Amino acid sequence: MSRLHVVSGKGGTGKTTVAAALALALAADGRRTLLVEVEGRQGIAQLFETGPLPYEERKIATAPGGGEVHALAIDPEFALLDYLHMFYKLGSAGRALKKLGAIDFATTIAPGLRDVLLTGKACEAVRRKGKDGRFVYDSVVMDAPPTGRITRFLNVNHEVAGLARTGPIHNQAQAVMRVLKSPQTAVHMVTLLEEMPVQETADGIAELRADGLPTGGVIINMVRPAILDHEAVEVVANGQRTAVAKALSRAGLGGARRGGMAERLVDPLLEQAREHAERVALERAQRAELTGLGVPLHELELLTDGIDLAGLYRLAADLRKQWPE
Amino acid sequence: MSMDVAPRLDTDVLLDDPQTRIVVCCGSGGVGKTTTAAALGVRAAERGRKVVVLTIDPARRLAQSMGIDALDNIPRRVEGIGGGNGGELHAMMLDMKRTFDEFVEAHADPERARAILANPFYQSLSAGFAGTQEYMAMEKLGQLRARDEWDLIVVDTPPSRSALDFLDAPKRLGSFLDGKFIKVLMAPAKVGGKAGMKFLNVGVSMMTGTVSKVLGGQLMRDVQTFAAAMDTMFGGFRTRAEATYRLLQAPGTAFLVVAAPERDALREAAYFVERLAADQMPLAGLVLNRVHGSGAEQLSAERALAAAEILILASDPADPADPDGPDDQDDPADPEDALANAAEGSDPAKNGAAAENLADGGFVDPPSGNAQARNPSAVDPDVSPTSADSSAERLAAGLLRLHAERMQVLGREQRTHDRFTALHPEVPVAQVAALPGDVHDLAGLRAIGERLAVPPERANRVAG
Ligand SMILES: Nc1ncnc2c1ncn2[C@@H]1O[C@H](COP(=O)(O)OP(=O)(O)OP(=O)(O)O)[C@@H](O)[C@H]1O
Ligand SMILES: Nc1ncnc2c1ncn2[C@@H]1O[C@H](COP(=O)(O)OP(=O)(O)OP(=O)(O)O)[C@@H](O)[C@H]1O
Ligand SMILES: [Mg+2]
Ligand SMILES: [Mg+2]
Repeated sequence: MSRLHVVSGKGGTGKTTVAAALALALAADGRRTLLVEVEGRQGIAQLFETGPLPYEERKIATAPGGGEVHALAIDPEFALLDYLHMFYKLGSAGRALKKLGAIDFATTIAPGLRDVLLTGKACEAVRRKGKDGRFVYDSVVMDAPPTGRITRFLNVNHEVAGLARTGPIHNQAQAVMRVLKSPQTAVHMVTLLEEMPVQETADGIAELRADGLPTGGVIINMVRPAILDHEAVEVVANGQRTAVAKALSRAGLGGARRGGMAERLVDPLLEQAREHAERVALERAQRAELTGLGVPLHELELLTDGIDLAGLYRLAADLRKQWPE
Repeated sequence: MSMDVAPRLDTDVLLDDPQTRIVVCCGSGGVGKTTTAAALGVRAAERGRKVVVLTIDPARRLAQSMGIDALDNIPRRVEGIGGGNGGELHAMMLDMKRTFDEFVEAHADPERARAILANPFYQSLSAGFAGTQEYMAMEKLGQLRARDEWDLIVVDTPPSRSALDFLDAPKRLGSFLDGKFIKVLMAPAKVGGKAGMKFLNVGVSMMTGTVSKVLGGQLMRDVQTFAAAMDTMFGGFRTRAEATYRLLQAPGTAFLVVAAPERDALREAAYFVERLAADQMPLAGLVLNRVHGSGAEQLSAERALAAAEILILASDPADPADPDGPDDQDDPADPEDALANAAEGSDPAKNGAAAENLADGGFVDPPSGNAQARNPSAVDPDVSPTSADSSAERLAAGLLRLHAERMQVLGREQRTHDRFTALHPEVPVAQVAALPGDVHDLAGLRAIGERLAVPPERANRVAG
């Protein structure tokens, strides 16, 4: 059973939202999860309607059945100082490095080092045990970088282990890679039923597989109900126009005769239905594409009023029903 | 609530103006920057200009349809451009790594260039380094402009969550190249290994030692070699970045901020508008992309849902007349007048006044079976439900539910748009309708180009 859930996907498809919903879902029934943010945008704080998260783990939500969600926004700069401290007991030298711009260099300019710190911190949380010898977190969910960067992000320690061929950095990098490549980890992809995100999902999964990283499921987000398909539209367009106009009229929408309000509604409504049917057909094709990937598919509906805390709990409940135990 | 009406952005005026030499399409991720850039390119070419479009990460099918799916960093002429005005469209897809490599080759002597390109640190830097894509897009823009082969350059910007990244990246790169740290790293290698150490004070040499210890000696050496090799290029980098930045401030440049009518995207757009003003960069306007419309705006979501409900109840064979229904209802306000007005009005798609009337008419869900009795003036005398009509009723109910969904989307989009206009009433806006499918060929790009140019019906609508 995986304990580190990495949530990736094309930008804007709902990674942050889905990661938060998953953290809530996995915390149900008295469990404890850690939700980790690595992009420094305070998206989690916004979602849970709290102030900016400091660089420390803190409880941000209670899950149904008494579980807890904790959150951590990893700040690369603090993480680097942490890391230096952990390995080198650097006190004042750390500050001096900062003054020199080395920390800036390491965390913004060399994304590789930044990613080492981020993945390292997440893996540490996965492995951390309490005094009772049990894992502190039942699972860790990471709101990860988008599909285009995820493989590189997860593989960075492999690269680092190659660049720094000996020493503590090398060892740490290898330890992180061991977690990331094990079945303890699952990389999930969030997608919409649109061509580009689906294509990215397919490419992303292929890349993960090529690099031996464990793929999890695909979460199809913002699914809208299919109300009418092409067939129905054709039926209306060819022959049933009058009957439909009459039905609209019976529903109180004006006259069904030529020029009547109900009659004049038929064309614009049909046009909308045609567009809808086209979308439904496209979505069907995209869904088929996703089915072909051979990974579990999950679905979350589009909440038309946007995501607030209540909406987030709703998505979490939905996800929980679909998630393998 | 008083409503500002934004001026209308006319992209044709912008594209036709020979003074316009560069159009930059910015915006947050996924809003349609690439699509807009390509559509503007097609439109400008078909209106007679010689255009090159620099795209970044276009969708595969779009790239294929423009014949630029090979990543070779060379602008290619796009076939199938019409208009007969002597215009041409050239397009290319940015190859970031190659642009970086070419930059190195152009600015360092061959031996040094080879050393840089082979350096492992360079290899990871040039592909993954924060802001490289933005910087390289600027670099390529500078190159295209210097060639002076086109009278219009349309630039797409890299997918990033913030449009500001595009403007910030060159400065970030500059500060890295000028940074103390890189100089310290470089120092020993530059003056010839150990001998150079004496030029550094004790504090710094301790620091280099620490860095070396942390990064590992061999990585340290790679970084040093890299930094030394790059040193000759630093001046070039900075000069270029500054020149391109100035190019963006020049009068021939126009920025278009692309946004979807969604809260986050418009918030980003507002930041960007403010930033452009602060940097004295010329903003042409906002492209509000993927806006939804409806040919039946006079029918509100609430009324459509209520009517759908009636039809579903009526078509349900298990519950044909719902005889208890009517008794449970309060007597509704009389909707007759509003309905009669609407039915009398001219073309509903264009008649805003009737629409308002209808929406304000206080429609109340009339229970099934009783609709005719309550709204006699609105119903044809020859309409009477039979069981054969039940499939038509279900279809009509589907049409109405779809419409209600559409109207809810419209309402949300209008509200977010209004919020932006309230903040920035001076920014001209062009609205582009959402097409039902993806945009992946010239026909689709043309359709977008037309929508950018033709004012939609909704442009004059004043929301209240
Ligand atoms: N199921 C849903 N229903 C409605 N809105 C949703 C849903 N999922 C996400 N959203 C909304 O979509 C937008 C993007 O979601 P989110 O920020 O989670 O995406 P992301 O992939 O993390 O984006 P980024 O790439 O910018 O980090 C947000 O406004 C969010 O509220
Ligand atoms: N007006 C429109 N109607 C329908 N689909 C559209 C419209 N504009 C863009 N699209 C589609 O939306 C998707 C995203 O568009 P595009 O690639 O242009 O966005 P982008 O801003 O360049 O994204 P990125 O930030 O990832 O580079 C594409 O599939 C495109 O076909
Ligand atoms: Mg996010
Ligand atoms: Mg793009």
